Amino acid sequence: MKRLIDVLPALLLTLLLLAGWEVACRLLQVPVYFLPPPGAVVLALIHNAPVLAESAAQTFWMAFKALVVAVVLGGGLAVLVSLNATAERAVAPLAVTLQVTPVVAIAPLVLIWAGLDHADRAVTALAAAVAFFPVFSGVLTGLKSADPDLERLFDLHGASPLQRLWRLRLPSALPFVLEGVRVAAGLSIVGAVVAEFVSGSGATQGLAWRLLEAGNRLRTPDLLAALACLAAMGLALNAVTTAIQRRVLRSLA
Amino acid sequence: MGEKGFSLQAAVVQYPGRPALGPLDLSVAPGEILALVGASGAGKSTALRLLAGLEQPASGRVDRPAGARTAFVFQNPTLMPWADARTNVALPLELSGLPAREARPRADIALAAVGLGQRTTARPRQLSGGMAMRVSLARALAVEPDLLLLDEPFAALDSITRRGLIEDLHRIAGTRAMAMVFVTHDVEEAAYLASRVVVLSANDGRAVAGIAIPGVLPRPQAWRADPDYRAAVETVAEALAASMRVAA
Repeated sequence: MKRLIDVLPALLLTLLLLAGWEVACRLLQVPVYFLPPPGAVVLALIHNAPVLAESAAQTFWMAFKALVVAVVLGGGLAVLVSLNATAERAVAPLAVTLQVTPVVAIAPLVLIWAGLDHADRAVTALAAAVAFFPVFSGVLTGLKSADPDLERLFDLHGASPLQRLWRLRLPSALPFVLEGVRVAAGLSIVGAVVAEFVSGSGATQGLAWRLLEAGNRLRTPDLLAALACLAAMGLALNAVTTAIQRRVLRSLA
Repeated sequence: MGEKGFSLQAAVVQYPGRPALGPLDLSVAPGEILALVGASGAGKSTALRLLAGLEQPASGRVDRPAGARTAFVFQNPTLMPWADARTNVALPLELSGLPAREARPRADIALAAVGLGQRTTARPRQLSGGMAMRVSLARALAVEPDLLLLDEPFAALDSITRRGLIEDLHRIAGTRAMAMVFVTHDVEEAAYLASRVVVLSANDGRAVAGIAIPGVLPRPQAWRADPDYRAAVETVAEALAASMRVAA
């Protein structure tokens, strides 16, 4: 019940905006290619449901693989680097460089490497590049966040580097790791869509391709339907990662 | 100084951008309880870390008997929030190589000794401040230390809880021949617990006074009403005030 009361204002506002949109489109006789009314978008959603579902699955799958790659590489590299200050100084600038370089700019290069026959691999790699940094920096920050007095206790009793990592630093890092993964999950979808745009020409058939295709043909209701799918996917992913985060943090503290 | 004691000899510590602390001479023998008092920044905690071997002096010497076990109690309980009391207490034993199946029963015994035998599976957040501090004390005692170091261990507790913990510590210290050094701001705590009080200068962290407190350890409860105790409190308070006047 409380959950319902929490989401009710947002739900009402959304409905109100949609209603206003519908009424405005009809009263002002806005051309459908310019701005279709919500009703038309809903019809497009129903009509295109099979294609949209398939595309959504493809985008989601690419984003998910990218997230896994980012977590394994970003998290693993952060753990390695945390064991050695020199390694951290060596790797950190490279990680920042990867972060500040726009994914669009490296997309053509990655496409050449992956080959046009494997555009999906390029999309996954690019999305992983975008999702890498929040995981890397979250894990690294977390590993250094342990209570200094607990670190001293581990010093005092002669803990090995592995004992320190496993029994102190990784548990201390968990909240930061979860936050990094949550941010990275959202970014992996953004990265997948951007990369798909750049690869273009239907080499991959995810939601971004549906957007492009509908846009090129001025089928605006289809475009908005694909956009709605993308937004829903982002919201769902955010809800899932936030729920995991909450549950783990509760059991931890 | 017997060969089983711990000592600092002309130890100087230098932190970047700050005046050096020391040279400091300090020694503590098994069965002795040493209280360190002094102004904030006089290097009390630094002296503890030197004795523990957690820090090295820029010059001077730290003498520790070979194979000596050291335990440290921090100002805060410093427990791992994700682990229960038993796991927290067993940690130092496991870190030094004892298998968990041997370390955990010993942790239970140590917890029982501080009155927490019923709370071995409680997480730190389920414990009051005083109980968490007892877990911290049990963790230190579980390793059966030759040297027990306490850095203002009771400062954050209310006075009743604090009194109870001091009594416990007093009782436990009396049952084994370990050397104990504790840092405190509380003159009465120093005069009640310690066999000797060392006052550090606020200026440079040298030992400016060493005051022997009469009475055999562990002292009876009635010691707080003894004129000798009152006199010791006065002596320590005056020495502490003098150590701060030098700085002003």
